[in-house]
Amino acid sequence: MEPRPVRIGLRIFSLGVMAFLYIPLAVIVMASFNASRIPTWPIKDYTLHWWSLAMHDQHARTALENSFKVGLAATAVALVLGSAAAFALSRFRFFGKNSLSLLLVLPIALPGIVTGLSLLSAIEYLSLTPSLVTVAIGHSTFCIVVVFNNAVARLRRSSSSFEEASMDLGADGWQTFRFITLPNLATALVAGGLLAFALSFDEIVVTNFTAGAQQTLPLWIYNQFRLPNTAQEVNAVAVFVIALTAVPVYLAQRLMRESGGIGGRG
Amino acid sequence: MPQPPDSTTPAAVTLRGVRKSYGDVDAVAGVDLEVAHGEFFSLLGPSGSGKTTTLRMIAGFELPTEGTVLLDGRDVSKLAPYQRDVNTVFQDYALFPHMSVGENVAYGLMVKRVKKQERRERVAEALRMLRLYAFDNRRPSQLSGGQRQRVALARALVNRPRVLLLDEPLGALDLKLREEMQIELKTIQREVGITFIFVTHDQDEALTMSDRIAVFNVGRIEQVGTPAEIYEHPASVFIAGFVGTSNVLSGEAAAAITGSPDRFTVRPEKIRIAAPDAEVGAGDCSAEGTVRDVVYLGTTTRYIVALEAGVDLVVVQQNLTTSSMEALAAKGRRVKLVWDRQYNRSLDGEPSRDNQEVTA
Repeated sequence: MEPRPVRIGLRIFSLGVMAFLYIPLAVIVMASFNASRIPTWPIKDYTLHWWSLAMHDQHARTALENSFKVGLAATAVALVLGSAAAFALSRFRFFGKNSLSLLLVLPIALPGIVTGLSLLSAIEYLSLTPSLVTVAIGHSTFCIVVVFNNAVARLRRSSSSFEEASMDLGADGWQTFRFITLPNLATALVAGGLLAFALSFDEIVVTNFTAGAQQTLPLWIYNQFRLPNTAQEVNAVAVFVIALTAVPVYLAQRLMRESGGIGGRG
Repeated sequence: MPQPPDSTTPAAVTLRGVRKSYGDVDAVAGVDLEVAHGEFFSLLGPSGSGKTTTLRMIAGFELPTEGTVLLDGRDVSKLAPYQRDVNTVFQDYALFPHMSVGENVAYGLMVKRVKKQERRERVAEALRMLRLYAFDNRRPSQLSGGQRQRVALARALVNRPRVLLLDEPLGALDLKLREEMQIELKTIQREVGITFIFVTHDQDEALTMSDRIAVFNVGRIEQVGTPAEIYEHPASVFIAGFVGTSNVLSGEAAAAITGSPDRFTVRPEKIRIAAPDAEVGAGDCSAEGTVRDVVYLGTTTRYIVALEAGVDLVVVQQNLTTSSMEALAAKGRRVKLVWDRQYNRSLDGEPSRDNQEVTA
């Protein structure tokens, strides 16, 4: 146990960090209920007007739909390719394995602006039409990393002797995958998928480069914000996005923790 | 009772010229072996001697670079693990963490599509045999090391394999539990009558449990024999040193005792300590020296005696009438070591790599 002054100091420091992270968010939440057109403090009158406005805004709804489509598509691609890559890298030995592992993880470290720019060049080079499809492809580049990282961590912890034991007990390759490998990996994949979806859902830089006429929700917010007298409605949408992103991240955290013990109770 | 291998009925497991290399390194450098039905057979050796690789080739996890593996006379060298009628108890148990104890034990029957009713009966029987009945619904993570060990055994035995392979299964248990499991394993093996092939680096374990032992060293088998044969007639310097403690003498030191410089070994417990002026019988060997060190071990005492020829001999004596005080007082005393000449084992047959069966 630390001495008392240290404990108090640590507590103040943690509170400071939390305040730094969450006060801006709190401001938006409060503002979305503020009846005044200009941001005021303290809030005099509360209203649900902005929320109702946002909910009935056809453009906002389409943008939300698009974001869902892109998020789901990118997550699906990431689940297939990310878990396949994790398998290859953790169960087989081959030339260039370490370099490949680095190359797979790199996209998440690259600035979005670089990823976006290079994707745009690629889209033009291949004469593709920018659309939701190209956005989903763009998002997959970093979604794959999230799934891959989760899956690799799980595979590293669950020894390959599970698969050997399964084969030893008479299960062929498919049965082993179906009954042993997949169930052991399932929670890691769900967690990775949720995180990937959350990442895709609020991505704006890469989206800006790869989108065509159709907007995703973050793009809609970004464009809307520059128009006069829309700040309040945008606030309401932003709060909605916060909630929607927080849920999958929370679920992912819980899943990874529950199956986190040695040997993973899965 | 195990039947000795003969030419009419094929052995449970036969290895012919089996070699396994990784790049330039031979993990197993040519092994020939026959294990009889119902035998408790140990592969004994230090780590890196090729015993585990040999076991994994019998299980099918590794394919031999050269040579053949036969189960019941059938060549299985190229078959996958699930096509072989053997089961393995892994060193780390490899219990499936997302299944209950009951599901773990039922797994082999489930994937082989054994009928539900029969599956239930056989699982119950296996759980009962290993005293696991109360743990049916627990997860492996909720069990102790000894219990996990028994689940691993039940999961393998429920399939009634022809051969059960055990890869250092007692390594992770503490001494007391290990000794209990040694006895339990032996009892189970007699009950079910399945051939056990048991990998261990622990010579006591191998001597205690086995019908026969193959001693591995650097990828080869140095000797195959019963525990008594291995212990009393070690075929090489390596075995004399690895299985129990041994005094190995050669050159001048050997000549001073036997009159010949040929290398020989004598077990420490065969040597008596006598007064320097003691009479030596006609059939006895003797050597004079000074007690350099005394280690009191409870039931026995170990004396290290520096001989005049310049080598040390280890002598182990039962503490039948000696107290610890008396034993420890022997340090520095001049003594004469005496032992029956028949306990000298010549080691000059070595190296006899191709000669596996020791003639007692």
